[in-house]
Amino acid sequence: MAVNRMFRTCPSSGLMFHEPAEKLMRWNAVAAVVSLLIGGILAIGVVLTRWQAVHILPPDMFYQVLTAHGLNMLVFWIIFFEIAVLYFASSTLLKSRLATPRLAWAGFWLMVIGAVVNNYAVFRGDSSVMFTSYAPMGAHPTFYLGLILFAVGALVACFVFFGTLVVARAERTYRNSVPLVTFGAITAAIIAVFTIAAGAIILIPTFLWSVGLVEHIDSLMYRTIWWAFGHSSQQINVSAHVAVWYAIAAIVFGAKPMSEKVSRTAFLLYIFFLQLASAHHLLADPGLTSNWKIFNTSYAMYLAVLASMVHGLTVPGAIEVAQRKKGYVNGLFEWLRKAPWGNPSFSAMFISLIGFGFLGGISGVMMGTEQLNLIIHNTIYVPGHFHATVVVGTTLAFMGLTYFLIPVLFRREIAFPTMAKWQPYVFGLGMSAVSLFLMGAGTLGVPRRHWDMGFAGNPFPYEFPGAAWLMMGIAGVTGVVAIVGGGMYLLITVWSVFLGRKIVTPGFQHVRAKDNVAKAAPAVAPAGGAAVLTGHGSGGMIAPGTFVLALVFLTSFVLYYFINWKYLSTVWPLK
Amino acid sequence: MTISSTAEKVWWKEPLERTELIWIVIALIWCLIMFFMMPYWHIYGQQNLANEAYRAKPEDFAAKTEEMIAKYKVREEGGDLKVPVVRPPAGSDVYMIARLWSWYPMLELESGKSYRIHLMSMDWLHGFSLQPENINIQVHPGYEHVLTVTPTNPGTYAIICNEYCGINHHTMASRLYVVKGGQ
Repeated sequence: MAVNRMFRTCPSSGLMFHEPAEKLMRWNAVAAVVSLLIGGILAIGVVLTRWQAVHILPPDMFYQVLTAHGLNMLVFWIIFFEIAVLYFASSTLLKSRLATPRLAWAGFWLMVIGAVVNNYAVFRGDSSVMFTSYAPMGAHPTFYLGLILFAVGALVACFVFFGTLVVARAERTYRNSVPLVTFGAITAAIIAVFTIAAGAIILIPTFLWSVGLVEHIDSLMYRTIWWAFGHSSQQINVSAHVAVWYAIAAIVFGAKPMSEKVSRTAFLLYIFFLQLASAHHLLADPGLTSNWKIFNTSYAMYLAVLASMVHGLTVPGAIEVAQRKKGYVNGLFEWLRKAPWGNPSFSAMFISLIGFGFLGGISGVMMGTEQLNLIIHNTIYVPGHFHATVVVGTTLAFMGLTYFLIPVLFRREIAFPTMAKWQPYVFGLGMSAVSLFLMGAGTLGVPRRHWDMGFAGNPFPYEFPGAAWLMMGIAGVTGVVAIVGGGMYLLITVWSVFLGRKIVTPGFQHVRAKDNVAKAAPAVAPAGGAAVLTGHGSGGMIAPGTFVLALVFLTSFVLYYFINWKYLSTVWPLK
Repeated sequence: MTISSTAEKVWWKEPLERTELIWIVIALIWCLIMFFMMPYWHIYGQQNLANEAYRAKPEDFAAKTEEMIAKYKVREEGGDLKVPVVRPPAGSDVYMIARLWSWYPMLELESGKSYRIHLMSMDWLHGFSLQPENINIQVHPGYEHVLTVTPTNPGTYAIICNEYCGINHHTMASRLYVVKGGQ
């Protein structure tokens, strides 16, 4: 079979797209956006039910909608988009042909079938078991089957990605080490492989149990292994969206990392230490010792947290250095004030960075501390936390990347540019407020995954404090704002891709690249920039503004951490 | 384009920039402090989960619970539901069943006294959530989890379920009374 070696060079970005890879990226991106649309419609039901003044859904429908919302958002939207990012980071950034496009298509269709089958199971009505599907609560067999098919498809895509790296190296399409964004994507893909392996270990027996071939699934075993899958899959997202942050910094500012060593080592720490972190979901469970819990949740001395704190500095630091080089050298923050706040790629990326760090990161460490978990476990603080990490963090970063991809990948202009300018603010700030108020309500004990905090029809109801009701109400209002922001994104994306004005390039054609010709420009000048750039900073630092921001972050982190210990010390003694 | 520019082959030998170096040192120290807080609290703090848990059969656990109720029941509540309220002696073993969709029985404890509370589910996963204290513990079927608690202030507390357990999850709520100790 002949290998397709047709490439096109994007006239606006200079990127080279391999024809089959480009098509795969488009289809994966479209499948992602369709999942986001479904999940977004379901979000309306979730928000308007938990906002008790509205409370539109009956309990059975609420749990069904909540299950489908979780799966479509957390699994299907994000992973389809990540596969597109993997192909972009390998084939496009390395100027290489994609390995085995046919297999990649097989993987894609497996994922589509898996997503449809899983949604079918939930919409049947007998599989409202939530994203986590904790045994011994059972779902219809097609629920697990759909997830397994989807995971196999995603695994195939990961191996196509690895294959492309091999092809690129063998055909010498790039020199030296892969770009940082590709390095981050490799991190995500490696984590994806062991995540999916953990998923297989738990979902396959659970599927067999649901069809009657396995007699018993132990609930603690299920939770332990399931979280090795469920939590690690969130780390794929973290690696992927950090890679997207670096990508957007490079696209918008031409920013280069302050040091490749630091950024790459931080990615490596993710691979080494994230898997253990899944133990923090089990801090309130019986049958596991404190030694086990402390070792695993401190991620062996929090080295994965350290990695995120490093990225949190190096990404804005790289932007600051690039901006200072352009002449924005006054004071500590001129580089930030003069940043292109009207460019949705940048604003989305920056809100994602701040929201992920301040809201998601800090709250994540609280929940992952053995004793603090007691006052947080399973309260609505938890959804508050992960809407900051995975929605403000990952989803918003991906939205920012979309604004770059529509012109270069789909060759269409962005429709409704003014709306696009506002979209990251509406969505990002709305969702940040949701996170914040859910965390507040969780601190007052409001449970997650709960239809009625008023306990209607119960002989022994508990009356939550007024502040809890108020915060759930505000979370409802801001949730609607976030949904509007999500709707704006969907409208802009779908309109641009299908109805947007085509960007016509005269004389456009796909060019056949011979085996060794795909490599474009020779390697750039060696990156000895650090020493030269020093002149632009102050206090002996090349990024003093970022450093000050980092100290603000650290101060909030330390304060909030000890406030929680103080709060814990007031509850009933327990041992 | 910068996004596709490659790094030096030996990227791990680049020099470190000062901003990054200082930040890494600060972040590492902070991570160490957070790590040491957990063992520290085990030694000096009052709120820690026990490592005491046993595998148990639902019927055995239910039998122990009924035995305790027979001994220490003081009254019934909830009208027709007739939920027994139990007032076990301080320091004793207290059993509480979580099941679809109730907590059984109801407890009346004395403030300032310690009790060994055994928690177990009869069916699916449940979440023991004591309000307004906001103490939250996962309850498994087949695992008997033993916690030594010391109620502080007298009052009426609520136990709600915060692990999703099906359609009537929101009706799974009960009370816990704390009366003044040493009466």
